Amino acid sequence: MQPDKLVMMANQIATYFATQPGTDQAERVAAHLNDFWEPRMRAKLSHHYENGGTGMSQLAREAMAFIRVPAD
Amino acid sequence: MKDFIIPTSMDDRDMGTPARQGAPVTLTIDGFEVTVPEGTSVMRAAAEAGIQVPKLCASDNMEAWGSCRLCVVEIEGRRGTPASCTTPVAEGMAVRTQSSKVKKIRKGVMELYISDHPLDCLTCSANGDCELQDMAGAVGLRDQRYESGRNHYDPLGIGTLAAGDIRARTRDTAEDLGNPEYIPQDQSNPYFTYDPSKCIVCSRCVRACEEVQGTFALTIEGRGFESRVSAGAAGDDFMASDCVSCGACVQACPTASLQEKSIIELGTPERSVITTCAYCGVGCSFKAELNGDELVRMVPYKHGKANRGHSCVKGRFAYGYANHKDRILSPMIRDRIDEPWREVNWDEALTFAAQRMRGLQERYGKKSIGVITSSRCTNEETYLVQKLTRAVFGNNNTDTCARVCHSPTGYGLGQTFGTSAGTQDFDSVEDTDVIILIGANPTDAHPVFASRMKKRLRAGAKIIVIDPRKIDLVRSAHIEASHHLPLRPGTNVAVVSALAHVIVTEGLMDEAFIRERCDWEEFSEYAEFISDPRHSPEATELLTGVPAADLREAARLFATGGNGAIYYGLGVTEHSQGSTTVIGIANLAMLTGNIGRRGVGVNPLRGQNNVQGSCDMGSFPHELPGYRHVKNDDVRDIYREVWGVEIDNEPGLRIPNMLDAAVEGTFKGLYCQGEDILQSDPDTKHVAAGLAAMECVIVHDLFLNETANYAHVFLPGSTFLEKDGTFTNAERRINRVREVMKPLNGYADWEVTQLLANAMGAGWHYTHPSQIMDEIALTTPSFAGVSYDVLEEKGSVQWPCNEAHPEGTPLMHVDGFMRGKGRFIVTEYVATEEKSGPRFPLLLTTGRILSQYNVGAQTRRTANSEWHHEDLLEIHPHDAELRGIKDGQWIKLASRSGETTLRAKISERMSTGVVYTTFHHPDTQANVITTDYSDWATNCPEYKVTAVQVSHSNGPTDWQEAYNAQAAQSRRILPAAE
Repeated sequence: MQPDKLVMMANQIATYFATQPGTDQAERVAAHLNDFWEPRMRAKLSHHYENGGTGMSQLAREAMAFIRVPAD
Repeated sequence: MKDFIIPTSMDDRDMGTPARQGAPVTLTIDGFEVTVPEGTSVMRAAAEAGIQVPKLCASDNMEAWGSCRLCVVEIEGRRGTPASCTTPVAEGMAVRTQSSKVKKIRKGVMELYISDHPLDCLTCSANGDCELQDMAGAVGLRDQRYESGRNHYDPLGIGTLAAGDIRARTRDTAEDLGNPEYIPQDQSNPYFTYDPSKCIVCSRCVRACEEVQGTFALTIEGRGFESRVSAGAAGDDFMASDCVSCGACVQACPTASLQEKSIIELGTPERSVITTCAYCGVGCSFKAELNGDELVRMVPYKHGKANRGHSCVKGRFAYGYANHKDRILSPMIRDRIDEPWREVNWDEALTFAAQRMRGLQERYGKKSIGVITSSRCTNEETYLVQKLTRAVFGNNNTDTCARVCHSPTGYGLGQTFGTSAGTQDFDSVEDTDVIILIGANPTDAHPVFASRMKKRLRAGAKIIVIDPRKIDLVRSAHIEASHHLPLRPGTNVAVVSALAHVIVTEGLMDEAFIRERCDWEEFSEYAEFISDPRHSPEATELLTGVPAADLREAARLFATGGNGAIYYGLGVTEHSQGSTTVIGIANLAMLTGNIGRRGVGVNPLRGQNNVQGSCDMGSFPHELPGYRHVKNDDVRDIYREVWGVEIDNEPGLRIPNMLDAAVEGTFKGLYCQGEDILQSDPDTKHVAAGLAAMECVIVHDLFLNETANYAHVFLPGSTFLEKDGTFTNAERRINRVREVMKPLNGYADWEVTQLLANAMGAGWHYTHPSQIMDEIALTTPSFAGVSYDVLEEKGSVQWPCNEAHPEGTPLMHVDGFMRGKGRFIVTEYVATEEKSGPRFPLLLTTGRILSQYNVGAQTRRTANSEWHHEDLLEIHPHDAELRGIKDGQWIKLASRSGETTLRAKISERMSTGVVYTTFHHPDTQANVITTDYSDWATNCPEYKVTAVQVSHSNGPTDWQEAYNAQAAQSRRILPAAE
């Protein structure tokens, strides 16, 4: 749950989807996070992003627009 | 074993020679007409007609040998008395199995055998289970005329006394010094003895070692009267030989020459129960043979469809842990982990656990607790544990050990083919022409399947081994890989992509298959990607260490060599790009049209006995049983209706996430069934920190394992011998696990989970595991046709088993992929973050050895430790020389995560720059070295790549000493209150 670990994991996912053809890579990164990350992990990453997103790759940042962050 | 001892069906008879396939041939045997396939032996044809021809050297799991001459018959119109085992049937043939001529020959043969056999039948361990004894009776032998001749046995019971032996002083004559031909028993193997005096030199053991096991450890030494079975060079005993103790020779022996020590000690069993082995993912069927409730031996079940009557040293012999003194049979609790355990009754333990877990949810929220299901437990047990978290805890915090082994298989094959499982049954390998074996070492980790693979290789199939180590399948007796691609750890994707590059750029793909079965547009994008020169073998050679020319030849062989099958293991999945490699493997199979028929396919070799099943049962935090995402309303509706509760539509925490959340303070309670995450999971210090931060850890296991050092509740578990349920093996085969004996702790594991659930207010009322399977079938489409009645009727079935596939599904994707069109996905190589460098110049990779199993909790508590009693670091001679390290020396192994000490084993199996160790022993704790890097898609840890340094050591590390002290402190048990 440490932000640096979440950032590393999100960047890994973004690195993978960046290699995939198409123009919807950011949506696909977000879909992966929505499908496989527990809400508190997404919330933590989202919070980190909103506070500058240190260390996040460009595609990981773009994906944050599509992340589903729970209300609580 | 004789029928009167254990009731057996006709199908259990030894038919003498293997079955054949061919055109029907009709003949008469003793006047009875029988029709059998062309190529069948007369002996087998007779057996098919219900006529047992006497035999000693023949057995239906090996080719005919024709040496004992006991099975002679007369055939109308043919001269002489041919051996029925080596004579094939012919149309219109008329055979007589009984005549005065053959009776006389058989009696003469038996008389000669008996003349060199100790007639100690009443006290012989094989009494009642001896084919020689049976045949003497069958041919009517009543005396023998060669009593004064030479023999090999020991009539005086003194062995051969040397002239100076003190016992010889009382002997009067030279003869009294003993029989000079007598060879003492070889008792070196912990599980069986070899008594040369009872050997009839039928060669069944030698042939079993060759044909069934494929080790070629045994031979017949000497000629004529001197002929005796030998385990390798003269003077070698079984333990010093290449014998892998699979038991095939013992099973083949018709006398007591090769005999289980348990039979010698405990006597002949009187009943048997057919069940499934609880070791690796092959899932061998066994007959557990007992006297009362005492297990006497495990015999591989002839009709087991996964193992076809074969076994390995673990399944055959390593069951002693079930009664080991370390087993904990009483529940225990404690308030804090620095306190000693208190033995309590079940009610107190379960109430304590339930109150703690509910209390945590009240204080920290309902998502603050979770479960880890076990791949060593049954489908029914696993289903209940994931149901516990979803229906009782109210969250999806369930994960399983597949997280740390084959979770990338689930993702990769799910994305490409549409389902998370291997495509073939094990029998399929019999039709394979070219095998790619990548990141797997089946002779050690899946030995029974390895024997089948070796048999196919000896018959002419070819194998390409992709592995940093020279594993046995690179070169061993009668096996030589066509190509060994010794890649640098962490470069799987580059190698697999380079293979695909060659196939695509050289036009070797199966275009017709791709056009018909796959999405052409996705293939076109993939083909453009993979054709780029950066994926060529020449471009990747510097990175992977694999010579380009070898790789090109290997790719051509796979694409053009006939039926191509890919088998892989954890050397593929346990990487930061594990899922990408699985996708690449699926791409390779689709490119070459190697999907949807026998002899081909993508075959993950699963590590633990029920990894497939635990994944099928919804153990992952994002999926309900049958691999259906929790986000799908229609799927959750099914469970809402059956379970009567709402299911959370958000994924839960994975194991590493649970530990991270625990360290952070938001995950507080864990029910861990049948797993030892402190020893098996990476970065031990982090796992320990996570467990220590939790306020309630419930360990449900056989032993006080390493994880239990941090537990507050210990619930005793039951062994596979005490279970009733099902396991699903690597070929999706659902096999029954039958209760061989009652659980020593009083409850089966599913009952314990139910008691815990009910203590938390669940109100479950299962009374038999079959009811749990009925619920699985009711709610999971791929299991809809599965029930205990179906399993009893068919023996086993492979899922999907439902209305569309009532007989199950041995081969997947026959008429189309599960997802519709097969999906090609581009696989860009991305280097792992874990880099070697000046401080840590070597790469460590980890794995298993034949005699031990995973964390060793079971096998370390058996005589298997005689083969492997400590983890060793394998290191190439060059790397050892550079560091001044000698074989057997204690060394320190250090990484960025931690350090440990163990002894070095210098081995040319290693590539330079790569070292290897196992993780079977907690004293070593190899996972204190591994890092928390993981697969991008699934968080499967990157066990296979850790940058390390190796140096001299002068004793255990501080961490090891501190760990051992903490473990000893934690394992204290106070006696139960009166």
